[in-house]
Amino acid sequence: MTLPQIFFAYFAVALTGLSLLVVTRRNPVHGVMWMLILFIHVAGLYLFLNAEFLAAIQIIVYAGAILVLYLFVVMLLNLKKIEKERKFQHIWIVGLLVSVAFLTLLIPLLGKFSVYPPPGEYSVERINSEGQIMTVGRVLYTKFLLPFEIASLILLVSIIGAVVLSKRKLN
Amino acid sequence: MIEFAILILKIAIVIGAVLLHVAYVVYFERKVIGHMQSRLGPMRVGPHGLLQPIADGIKLFFKEDIIPAHADKPIFYIAPVLGVVAALSSFAVIPFWESFHIADINIGLLYILALSSVGSYSIILAGWASNSKYSFLGGLRSSAQVISYEIAMGLSLVGVMMLAGSANLRDIVAAQSGIPFILFQPIAFFVFLMAAIAETNRAPFDMPEAESELVAGYATEYSGMRFGLFFMAEYAGMFVMSAIASVCFLGGWSGPDFWLFAHVPKVVWLLLKIYAFIFFYFWIRATLPRYRYDQLMNLGWKFFIPLALANIVITALIKLAV
Repeated sequence: MTLPQIFFAYFAVALTGLSLLVVTRRNPVHGVMWMLILFIHVAGLYLFLNAEFLAAIQIIVYAGAILVLYLFVVMLLNLKKIEKERKFQHIWIVGLLVSVAFLTLLIPLLGKFSVYPPPGEYSVERINSEGQIMTVGRVLYTKFLLPFEIASLILLVSIIGAVVLSKRKLN
Repeated sequence: MIEFAILILKIAIVIGAVLLHVAYVVYFERKVIGHMQSRLGPMRVGPHGLLQPIADGIKLFFKEDIIPAHADKPIFYIAPVLGVVAALSSFAVIPFWESFHIADINIGLLYILALSSVGSYSIILAGWASNSKYSFLGGLRSSAQVISYEIAMGLSLVGVMMLAGSANLRDIVAAQSGIPFILFQPIAFFVFLMAAIAETNRAPFDMPEAESELVAGYATEYSGMRFGLFFMAEYAGMFVMSAIASVCFLGGWSGPDFWLFAHVPKVVWLLLKIYAFIFFYFWIRATLPRYRYDQLMNLGWKFFIPLALANIVITALIKLAV
């Protein structure tokens, strides 16, 4: 095995193992901690694929913002009580069904999967000469401007929704 | 192989130097605050108390390590280590002079923001794992505070990245040859300075460890060297923030290059700038009383974040016009 293969094998095994650890922990704070390690591994995988900007964003956004909020919620909930509630005990059956459905959808696609897809407009050399942040920014504000604006609108709606929900009981 | 050995040596040098500086920054703080309050500060151990940090270190090492009952042990153990690791790894991208840095990466500034967000876990987890109400409240306050001020800090650095056209710290220093960015980005500098104080949980934003309300906040249940690690993480974090402020706004290692000044090693200029910021931290601690928690949140969300956003828009407009 070459060095890149060893790295990839490590990330593949570690990511799968860590995801399993996240969902099987009884203590949700431990689950969140394994998820933090999982996110750091995902960032490592991005670095391995030369996507350093994506790696940094992965840590800043997912580990630094989203997961901290998860941790916040998980720490404040009374989870011992929730564990005993009936409606949360059999939910795994639904999850299993959904994942099996997705897996069957993926099977026909496996044949079309190729390790070396045809090179696109942005080669590694071009991205590195322009700088990753600049390339991502340019594509985001020209080619994908409409999806980008739609995403920002959706986020705005959710922010306003959160404000409305939390302020309703005041006054 | 030889490159690898050099890299390891460089890391060892940087960590050793940083830890030594951290130990003496604590001494420096006690002396500065002492003199500001008309006291002498540490005087007993060695001449002018110069050996005080070593005595403190030995004391912390030999103290009993107490773990509270029903604490979540693995997380209780990991939390302080996480803080120190995040603070110390930030030094990997800081350029100390032209040819000395551990890693020269294009996303240097983002890397530091990422590590500072990982570092905030240390305090939240310490608060939760201690199984104590004071620690828990300290952890919650800290998480909310750090998340809020991280936004202001990131936004204030966007102006710098726009001017330099890069997030690489070496490029940022190179872009400031002659005129430091503090003259172009005074608003960003102000926002960064305040956000850095809140990020490192220092006075007047030290609600997570407000001793009059929360004993010692998230560190209440920690003792011995584990407490020492929190201390180290806090001061190393101050050092990182001061280094970023020096690199992004004051021109990093560059200094005057005429007459005798040209012969001064470049790292001295960087250290002088860093220590100026650290002195500012102490000065503000000795001057201002602690904020109230809601005042802190109002200040962050209603003042610093809009100010940083306005700064981005103004910088972009000026950059387009010029």
